Amino acid sequence: MILDGRKPPLPSADKRWRLVDAAMRRNGYRPQGLIETLHAVQEAFGYVDDAALRFVSQSLQVPPSQVLGVTTFYHQFKMKPQGRHTCVICTGTACYIKGNDRALEHVQKTYGVSVGGTTPDKELSLVAARCVGACGLAPVVILDGVVVGKLVDEAVQARIREWLKT
Amino acid sequence: MTNEELLAVMEQERQAKGQLKYCVQVCSSTGCASSNSEAVAAALQQQVKEANLQETVQVKLVGCMGLCALGPLVEIERVQIQPGAPPDVLLYQSVTPADAPDIVAGLASGQPVRRLRLEMDDPFFTRQTKVVLAQAGRIDPERIEDYIAEGGYQALFKALAEMTPAEVIEEVSKSGLRGRGGGGYPTGLKWNTVAKVQSDQKYLICNADEGDPGAFMDRSILESDPHLVIEGMIIGAYAVGANKGYVYVRAEYPLAVKRMRQAIRQAERAGFLGQNICGADFSFNVEIRLGAGAFVCGEETALMASIEGRRGAPRPRPPYPAASGLWGKPTLINNVETFANVPGIILNGGDAYARVGTEKSKGTKIFALTGKVNHTGLIEVPMGVTLREVIYEIGGGIPDGRRFKAVQTGGPSGGCIPEQFLDTPVDYESLSALGSIMGSGGMIVIDDSSSMIDVAKYFMEFSKEESCGKCVPCRVGTAQMYDLLCKFSAGEATEFDLRLLEDLCDLVRNTSLCGLGQTAPNPVISTLKYFRDEYLAKIKKPEEVFGVAARANGRAPGQVEQTA
Ligand SMILES: Cc1cc2nc3c(=O)[nH]c(=O)nc-3n(C[C@H](O)[C@H](O)[C@H](O)COP(=O)(O)O)c2cc1C
Ligand code: SF4
Ligand code: FES
Ligand code: FES
Repeated sequence: MILDGRKPPLPSADKRWRLVDAAMRRNGYRPQGLIETLHAVQEAFGYVDDAALRFVSQSLQVPPSQVLGVTTFYHQFKMKPQGRHTCVICTGTACYIKGNDRALEHVQKTYGVSVGGTTPDKELSLVAARCVGACGLAPVVILDGVVVGKLVDEAVQARIREWLKT
Repeated sequence: MTNEELLAVMEQERQAKGQLKYCVQVCSSTGCASSNSEAVAAALQQQVKEANLQETVQVKLVGCMGLCALGPLVEIERVQIQPGAPPDVLLYQSVTPADAPDIVAGLASGQPVRRLRLEMDDPFFTRQTKVVLAQAGRIDPERIEDYIAEGGYQALFKALAEMTPAEVIEEVSKSGLRGRGGGGYPTGLKWNTVAKVQSDQKYLICNADEGDPGAFMDRSILESDPHLVIEGMIIGAYAVGANKGYVYVRAEYPLAVKRMRQAIRQAERAGFLGQNICGADFSFNVEIRLGAGAFVCGEETALMASIEGRRGAPRPRPPYPAASGLWGKPTLINNVETFANVPGIILNGGDAYARVGTEKSKGTKIFALTGKVNHTGLIEVPMGVTLREVIYEIGGGIPDGRRFKAVQTGGPSGGCIPEQFLDTPVDYESLSALGSIMGSGGMIVIDDSSSMIDVAKYFMEFSKEESCGKCVPCRVGTAQMYDLLCKFSAGEATEFDLRLLEDLCDLVRNTSLCGLGQTAPNPVISTLKYFRDEYLAKIKKPEEVFGVAARANGRAPGQVEQTA
């Protein structure tokens, strides 16, 4: 692929590409908007795939290697589709001290999913976070965006079981 | 907005409040929001309406009150007729929407709901000194008028109208304020350096990356009192001559980002940001940049690389950001809490500020007190209080009848402080002398159920994962130290491993490029120093390693035979 200075067409008719394009336009298609753009991709699609990498690289005139480098550098950007549910387990210090290491192990063992991975049936993705800033409620897990605090061992396991049924 | 308009808004707000009998304040920050505080607020609003009390009772959403673990918290403030009278407040804990009828009935009858009541004379409240957090949990963070009503933006007017940039810096220097981001560098000195550099373009950055896992001071300030930070930034920009600012916030803090965005828009509309601010010959704009989950981006040079859209890898200093920062231009970078201290300093004077604290550490410091302690939450204390006061009085001691073992400050860059030093005053120098650091404000209490090797291992895993990989000592060293700590933790270590671990600590500390690597060994060094027994207990004796035979012939298998 050549960076020929031409603005590429949107990769498909999918409306979400327009959101991505809008993010780049806000930054005047300048390379410095790369991270903002990747945030937009991540938000719109849930992950950053090859098509997105190419599109962003050409639009911003940033070499693909650099786009890939930035994408892999930051934990926030995922390169694989996420499951139907996402369970974030905080492994920040406060949560760790209060027993979230056990919750992490439990989810890994019970549901057969590794940190950063997704179950084969695409039901559950497991993410380990470094402190979500709710340490007063430690230990904290985030189930599909809902912060759940102060539950340990059996209690948190039951909560996760219930939530997965929804 | 002119100064007169500002005062008019203030007066208007005061009068509106004067019509009220009660202000019902519901915490809407991340902690309480996750335990459903918005529904509590809605239920209270509904009850007030049904009881026909809208005229005299106001329900509003406020920021964090500090005791997040007991949330949702609701504060009932009886509005005082006399200005300046001490506030008459009542705090309810763990409130649910079902409690709303009783609470509102209590307002009408003047009888508090006893079962929900939290005693305000608890040392948790009385031992704190709230300066930066004075308005957190009292004002509605989504309304600029609330901030103005409490004297907000007056410091900005004072600085612009009555002070030269040099005088602003002089005042900040006099206050003795030191950076709250961890390093403790004197803020006045930093501002002075940036101000002196000649350049057509200077930048200002507010570091809200808050990477220390287990700390949430900055998140809380941004969520609870965003204009305080913006005002501090504008004053800073005026002092150093910057015309463009960035707030670099972690993407993990969506509510803080939302409130900050909103506050910036409000400040723009009011004319506190933009061209010719408050009629002065001074322009300043602020933009938000989102982090993307990389601890090292809290380091200033990495942070700037990230704003430029690149990988967040630190670069050697000098040149310091003051000389060559964002896009090679002179840049002032300070932490959220540092900026939040500034309006108070300008308004009340540096000398007044410097009266609180110790000789070398002035003012107050916010800590996120968490771990095995009864009251977990956000606290603000004068510099120089002892660790014992913080943990046993404010924190209420250790739960479940367990014993205190250590307190960890400074996160992955800090160390563990054992019981015998509990009477140490909390200030930059004293904590460094103990092999820990003040850090940004994480304070995690560890009880005797935790192994200190595991704590060290935990932090080393963190540093290993978060190392950007640019320099070898940190990239490889943290991985090696982590492996060694795993051996200790599993009881597989040898004497040799202990020596190797100590050597590596020394090497990584002295040869890494940035602060991450330079401080990564601290948790190991401090636990080796104060809890060496735990390491020694995990070392295998030679006969365990090599079997009894090794003992019998006096040397280990594989050991080179000494020939005469
Ligand atoms: C690995 C690393 C992480 C850091 N993380 C933060 C952070 O999250 N927040 C912060 O304000 N400063 C952080 N710092 C310190 C900054 O580099 C910088 O010194 C600070 O923002 C300066 O502001 P101050 O003088 O107001 O403290 C970090 C430093 C290092 C080496
Ligand atoms: S010390 Fe670690 S984080 Fe810092 S530059 Fe080197 S590898 Fe990167
Ligand atoms: S450590 Fe888990 S929320 Fe901060
Ligand atoms: S989040 Fe409500 S008190 Fe801290």
